[in-house]
Amino acid sequence: MTKRQLPAWAITTLSVLFFLLLWEALGSLINPIFGSYPTAIAEAFWDLLRSGQLGKAMVQSLQPFLLGYVLAIIIGVPLGLVVGRFRVLEAALGIYVTAGYAMPLVALVPLLVLWLGLGFAVKAAIVLLMSVFPITINTWLGVTAVPKSLIDVGRSFVASDLTILRRIILPATLPYIMAGIRLAVGRAVVAMVIAEFFTAISGLGAIIINAANNFDTATMFVPIVVLMVMAIGLNWLIGWVERKVAPWQAEIAGRARE
Amino acid sequence: MGQVSLVEVSKRFTLRIDGEVQEVNALDRVSFTVDDGEIVALIGPSGCGKTTALRIAMGLEAATAGSVKVDGREVTGCGYDRGMVFQHAELLPWLSALENVMFGLEMKGLRGAPLRETAMQYIELVGLKDSSNRRPHQLSGGMQQRVGIARALAIDPKVLLMDEPFGALDAQTRESMQEELLQIHGRTGKTILFVTHDLDEAVLLADRVVVMQRGIVQETIAVPLPRPRGDLGAIRGSSEFAETRYHIWRALHVAPGASH
Repeated sequence: MTKRQLPAWAITTLSVLFFLLLWEALGSLINPIFGSYPTAIAEAFWDLLRSGQLGKAMVQSLQPFLLGYVLAIIIGVPLGLVVGRFRVLEAALGIYVTAGYAMPLVALVPLLVLWLGLGFAVKAAIVLLMSVFPITINTWLGVTAVPKSLIDVGRSFVASDLTILRRIILPATLPYIMAGIRLAVGRAVVAMVIAEFFTAISGLGAIIINAANNFDTATMFVPIVVLMVMAIGLNWLIGWVERKVAPWQAEIAGRARE
Repeated sequence: MGQVSLVEVSKRFTLRIDGEVQEVNALDRVSFTVDDGEIVALIGPSGCGKTTALRIAMGLEAATAGSVKVDGREVTGCGYDRGMVFQHAELLPWLSALENVMFGLEMKGLRGAPLRETAMQYIELVGLKDSSNRRPHQLSGGMQQRVGIARALAIDPKVLLMDEPFGALDAQTRESMQEELLQIHGRTGKTILFVTHDLDEAVLLADRVVVMQRGIVQETIAVPLPRPRGDLGAIRGSSEFAETRYHIWRALHVAPGASH
């Protein structure tokens, strides 16, 4: 007899429903300045959506977000590949990557504003700086984990360094690269909000700040929830891409668990 | 043609153990020759340097002294005159069986229709026509190693170098792979140098067995079994098999460097 098992999406839905109900029950007991609850947030969401404020803010936020994030991938992946592959580059550049990952970026925002102004460029730059390092570090780590025997295969067929990098190391590193790209989503979202707080106040970050200044806690929660939902969606999208570009990985690893 | 000779090949490693620097002689003036069309087995206990010798012959590692020659020409690195079969097949997991064979051919410069056709021809040679689009993890260990052999053979090397090619397989699969390798050898006539730690395998497959111990060639033993060796089961029961096997066993059990 096989036991019928609840599908993963059903478990997740139940979990979210339970959380929302709990929040609703407890949140409505609290003074609406100190906290909020789902139905109040949903109402605020509807107001913001109807007034067009939310749509406009999302467009404002997503443009620098996407530019910075995509640039982080375009720069981070090749950088991680060469730093991981070539001893000299690892010794010369690795230290900046490690340090950059831990850089207190918020503290540098005023300087970045001096360089790039208050507009679009500085926001994209902040997103880029926050998300490029996890991608680079993961790619770098992935390269160092490629079995030497696979590189020997390339060498035994007289493949050039570049060919080995492109045809063996890059595909072997893909799961690490995708993990780095996933980790970077969270940091990029945080970076975007930081950018909107500290540069020209605009986008979703502006809604948060303005609502907070008016003690309108329910409205303040709207962009926060929107951003979290967006991060989940992006994460799901990356997982989907990963299964498309590296299907062998999931097949080898096997996702059977208790 | 396809003659390989190792001439006075030495390999020294420097190991640092707890701050102490140790010089290890992995290979000490190793010399032997594999003649055109011949199968030679390199046998010895682990750490005797047999795999190092093979890797130097392939050009994956450089010798500290001495040289390797293929048909008289000195080896300075990897080349298409030699094809390597790795211990665990080492197929690229993201490529299908056919694509893995195509990989080597592509590196050699083949493109387009001939690339695919040649690869398919070698996939068929190793009996994997129906599994050509499977990825490595969808193949059994034996099938994976067949792809490994096809990949090495496809570039049409003069010499096939094999590093314990059947060591990771179960006994039954190993036996059928041994028979298959002999058949492939019969059809292609390639020179084969293979590393093994399996006495039976060395006697069944090889024309000569090079016994190594602690980085030196202890003894080279000719196998007096005629070719083609059709029925390996019958050979196992023959007195020549038993005698040769015993001869090699003794060579593996004398003190390194001692003559007897």
